[in-house]
Amino acid sequence: MTLFSLARWWGIVLKEFLQLRRDRITFGMIIGLPIVQLALFGFAINADPRHMPTAVVLHDHSEYTRSFVTAMRQSTYFDIAGSLDSEEAARAALAQGRVQFVLMVPPGFTRELLRGERPALLIEADATDPAATGMALAAAGEIAQSVLRHDLRGPDSRLAGQPAPFEVRVHRLYNPEGNSQYNTVPGLMGVILTMTMVMMTGLAMTRERERGTMENLLATPVRPIEVMTGKIIPYIAIGLIQATIILLAARWVFHVPFTGSLVSIYCAALLFIAATLTVGITLSSLAQNQLQAMQLTMFYFLPNILLSGFMFPFRGMPQWAQYIGNVLPLTHFNRLIRGILLKGNGWWDLWPSIWPLLLFTAVVMAIAVKFYRRTLD
Amino acid sequence: MSDYAIDVQGLTKQFGDKRVVDGVSLQVRRGEIFGFLGPNGSGKTTSIRMMCGLLTPDAGSGQCLGYDIRSQADEIKRRVGYMTQKFSYWDDLTLRENLDFVARVYQMPDRRERVERTLEELGLAGRARQLTGSLSGGWKQRLALAACLLHEPQLLLLDEPTAGVDPTARRDFWEELHRLAARGISVLVSTHYMDEAERCHKLAYIAYGRLLAQGTADEIIAAQQLATWTLYGDGLVELAQTLRDAPGVEQTVAFGNALHVSGRDAATLEITLRELAQQQQRRLEPAQTTLEDVFIYMMKRSADNFGSGARP
Repeated sequence: MTLFSLARWWGIVLKEFLQLRRDRITFGMIIGLPIVQLALFGFAINADPRHMPTAVVLHDHSEYTRSFVTAMRQSTYFDIAGSLDSEEAARAALAQGRVQFVLMVPPGFTRELLRGERPALLIEADATDPAATGMALAAAGEIAQSVLRHDLRGPDSRLAGQPAPFEVRVHRLYNPEGNSQYNTVPGLMGVILTMTMVMMTGLAMTRERERGTMENLLATPVRPIEVMTGKIIPYIAIGLIQATIILLAARWVFHVPFTGSLVSIYCAALLFIAATLTVGITLSSLAQNQLQAMQLTMFYFLPNILLSGFMFPFRGMPQWAQYIGNVLPLTHFNRLIRGILLKGNGWWDLWPSIWPLLLFTAVVMAIAVKFYRRTLD
Repeated sequence: MSDYAIDVQGLTKQFGDKRVVDGVSLQVRRGEIFGFLGPNGSGKTTSIRMMCGLLTPDAGSGQCLGYDIRSQADEIKRRVGYMTQKFSYWDDLTLRENLDFVARVYQMPDRRERVERTLEELGLAGRARQLTGSLSGGWKQRLALAACLLHEPQLLLLDEPTAGVDPTARRDFWEELHRLAARGISVLVSTHYMDEAERCHKLAYIAYGRLLAQGTADEIIAAQQLATWTLYGDGLVELAQTLRDAPGVEQTVAFGNALHVSGRDAATLEITLRELAQQQQRRLEPAQTTLEDVFIYMMKRSADNFGSGARP
């Protein structure tokens, strides 16, 4: 016996190549994953988000307020989404996440400005994710220093010096200390649930197929919907246990504020678990074996973690990435859980993120039932 | 109610461009043990799967227990016990848990009691809490049979149930099958063993997806009209070689120290063999043509007719 036979070794190499070539999904993943990763990291992710939707509440109109709004837009950090009538409407828009910032101009602003009384403009920011708002708020401060130098002419030019003739006051709502853990820890809940739920159910069905017990199951009178939902139930329980562990850690280890109700948290978690489990079941009817189920899980996990606003600010992504992100359940769950914990949102404010989850679950479930083969054909 | 437990016509199934089952028609009477024979890859499993609704036939039609195999698969599944070729119960469940699952899925009314009784009858009551994966092949097969009998099916479809099982366990298994048949349960069983084939009331032989013969063992043997002689002595391999192209000889099969020589032309075969026996001073005796002779004969002929020559 030789210690190392090239012929024997080459036999192993050839066998591996042959097996790799037969496994289409694995092969697809080898090509597909780097492309997706390149696209996501290369184009979608942006740690300096710009063009964030901003509403204005103008109780005073003048060339000075207009200049300020224009300067905000020109800074490219703020996109003026529209004008609102009241503080209440502004708060609702922030709570629902429709806008990131609200600029409020108090009544009599121009009059006080020209009198040299240094009036204040108010910017309310949804600071749940400190990374998303930090740069923009810094930019707003700089605008205040310079914007009116051109507008204040003639006798008013005395106001144009230092300090700025008016003040920009910033309210960082929901996370005033800018603690990034308050944003990350609730987000982790969805990430962990996605990972475990999809993988476990993904394996559940392929395991039956791999072990040959699927044929037995198909030969009994069991119906597809019974198999699918029956397989999901134990994992719902597991998901709720995981959610509880994360919530306990969030409360007692990371001291995340629990502004909203615990009932809403669990309802949101349940909804999200259901959505995620249907994904797992669907992947498992597509995959031929457990390895493929694992790979499909990774393929699903990657965009979820990158495009959902968990790791990088959602608003920082280009439009196409936001469209994709809006399809993913994790995006909506992140909004729900942060909305409940940090903003104390009620059902009405949560609805814009609830219906996409319901729709997603229904559509994916329909696909799963369609793909579940009642026969061995 | 028809007299037939299975009555199918022209079943055909194609996978890709390979016609795995080609126009198979067969009838199994109620209370009959029907043997399904054929070489590996001849389409036995595919045929069985079509009969119990696990596969949809590309062509053909038929009934199973009076229910249409295309449209009433649910009714059939409820009344048929199907034992897969590969053991397909859950290795990570205990015996009792496996049986309990089956009983629930078939909505058995007196589930608990029935599971316990089945365990008793199997002689497995003491090992009910053992994981199924740790059972030996023979016990797994007994468990599988018990599990597919649990819902009291009227028809059993058994796909090579005794593959890899020792002779004693096989004999017990067949005695159980005959007891079931006596109770009116119909059985379709595929097998490779000739002794098992001989214990069936009726047989069907399939090769290359086509049904080549159907009937009792005697009918199948008679239909091929083979005359068979036995030659004894040493050097049977060389002998078979010389006989290959001899007039009247169509097939030689070695059985230990004896060589079965068969052919359809009984007269020519006899002349050839008597001459040879005299030349070589060998003992020659007329023999009964056996099922095995006939099956090997049919397989070779079908290979010449349909097969590409290559067998898996």
